Amino acid sequence: MKTYTYTEKKDTRSGFGAGLAELGRTNPNVVALCADLIGSLKMNEFIEENPDRFFQIGIAEANMMGIAAGLTIGGKIPFTGTFANFSTGRVYDQIRQSIAYSGKNVKICASHAGLTLGEDGATHQILEDIGLMKMLPGMIVINPCDYNQTKAATIAIADYDGPVYLRFGRPSVPIFTPADQKFEIGKAIKFTEGTDVTIVATGHLVWEALEASKVLNEAGISAEVINIHTIKPLDDKAILDSVAKTGCIVTAEEHNHLGGLGESVARVLAQHNPTPQEFVATNDTFGESGTPAQLMDKYGLNSDAIVKAVNNVIKRK
Amino acid sequence: MPNIKELEDLTTQVRRDIIRMVHKVNSGHPGGSLGCAEFFVSLYQDIMDRNESFDMDGINEDLFFLSNGHISPVYYSVLARSGYFPVEELNTFRLINTRLQGHPTTHEGLPGIRIASGSLGQGMSVAIGAAQAKKLNNDDKLVYSLHGDGELQEGQNWEAIMYASGKNVDNLISTIDLNQQQIDGSTDDVLPMGSLKAKFEAFGWTVVDIEKGNDITSIIDGLKEAKSLTGKGKPVCVLLHTVMGNGIDFMMHTHAWHGKAPNDEQLATGLAQNPETLGDY
Repeated sequence: MKTYTYTEKKDTRSGFGAGLAELGRTNPNVVALCADLIGSLKMNEFIEENPDRFFQIGIAEANMMGIAAGLTIGGKIPFTGTFANFSTGRVYDQIRQSIAYSGKNVKICASHAGLTLGEDGATHQILEDIGLMKMLPGMIVINPCDYNQTKAATIAIADYDGPVYLRFGRPSVPIFTPADQKFEIGKAIKFTEGTDVTIVATGHLVWEALEASKVLNEAGISAEVINIHTIKPLDDKAILDSVAKTGCIVTAEEHNHLGGLGESVARVLAQHNPTPQEFVATNDTFGESGTPAQLMDKYGLNSDAIVKAVNNVIKRK
Repeated sequence: MPNIKELEDLTTQVRRDIIRMVHKVNSGHPGGSLGCAEFFVSLYQDIMDRNESFDMDGINEDLFFLSNGHISPVYYSVLARSGYFPVEELNTFRLINTRLQGHPTTHEGLPGIRIASGSLGQGMSVAIGAAQAKKLNNDDKLVYSLHGDGELQEGQNWEAIMYASGKNVDNLISTIDLNQQQIDGSTDDVLPMGSLKAKFEAFGWTVVDIEKGNDITSIIDGLKEAKSLTGKGKPVCVLLHTVMGNGIDFMMHTHAWHGKAPNDEQLATGLAQNPETLGDY
């Protein structure tokens, strides 16, 4: 079995910052907006190099989404930056009408998604954003897994003409994907080949899935780990091809099981190939204060939880 | 440039279009549409420097954004009669498969529309973004927007109003349709907003009052004054004092016709008060 290691950890939001900085050098139409969270979003480098192409909006996210929509009229490619909670729930109607329904080329870049925001607690830990955004017609939804993939995704979405939701996080996590990767929207990545179970993971849970696969391998279970970085459009074929071989699936995400990746996968399976599925996700709950590791353990979002889910789903085959 | 008589004739025709459109589908918003007919005609036929053909980016031309999208009948009528699409298409207003949706949208590709509106309070932010894009593009043309007065009860407006002056968005002219009416009654009854002039000035805008907001000469003079005040570091607000339902006597000075269509008899009365000028669609 192919195994993955890492030598460095970094936060995915820094991958966004690095990607944005590179876009600042390569694409003169890219502009950035922020609602008073420059440091948290790692936007400093872009701003230092392109002060005229940066718009500090202040603490006014609704206004930011509208201004971003307006900036597209005139050929700009706006990247908005704030926490995931304030990028989605707070401004849903602005995104729905002025961006999604209006078909505007805005990139909604959202940091501090999920429980791993940590100590600030549930007011800031959105676990519903994937669901909110994937329900909007025409919205692309991406949740990359490490620094390199987030940087590559940030660069790639500038070349796509249309609204995109890019979700990333706060904590330092292992870097295990290549620095020179080409990011393809909607294209799943198979990390390990397996025959007994398919594990489909997104965001911070991809590394946890790889860790789980090592434990499972030692127990004689061959897991196929697939990284779904694009929740919408979903790579149906990659999922269906894999379950045709393994006969069962575990989905893993830092999100509510209602509305998340798992539900999207379940829809595809129900339609084309009903398959036993277990969900590693939060169970219709808000988060709370704590360290990221404590929270991911308490809410069952780590490699241990994935191993348990695999053992359960294999029994259902 | 059309003369005042020609603009008045066009306005009369636009009034006919508005009430015929809403009558046909027994839905839509005639009151606010009629109140802004003179404004739309003045803006599109005299004030704005716009290209004949429609291009979404609108480089090197003035742009207009309608924030209170429910007054789509007047918008559609004036766009059609300004050459953006065939006037016959006004026949399809609110019908299935139409480009003339109940509220304006880019989704169906109707020329002249650059943003969807309907859910209130969003248009000023969009207009600001478009104005800032013009500055980045070294495009010295202007951005216009229109908002209902009741619409200012939506909080996003005040985020936008604060931002526009704070960031010196001085290529923006936002007009408020000050008809003092909203769905549930007068704005003073529903939620008193005090002096909008004082509020905009306190937020750092330059304010131009157009007291006769249904008089074409006054509107053109006021908008020309507003234009002359752009480029001086501040956004410009035009307070357009209008009469809701203007031009059809039984619809005037009341909120009753905000979102109600006339019946056959009422349509006939309204049309009789506005004899055909340029030809019905």
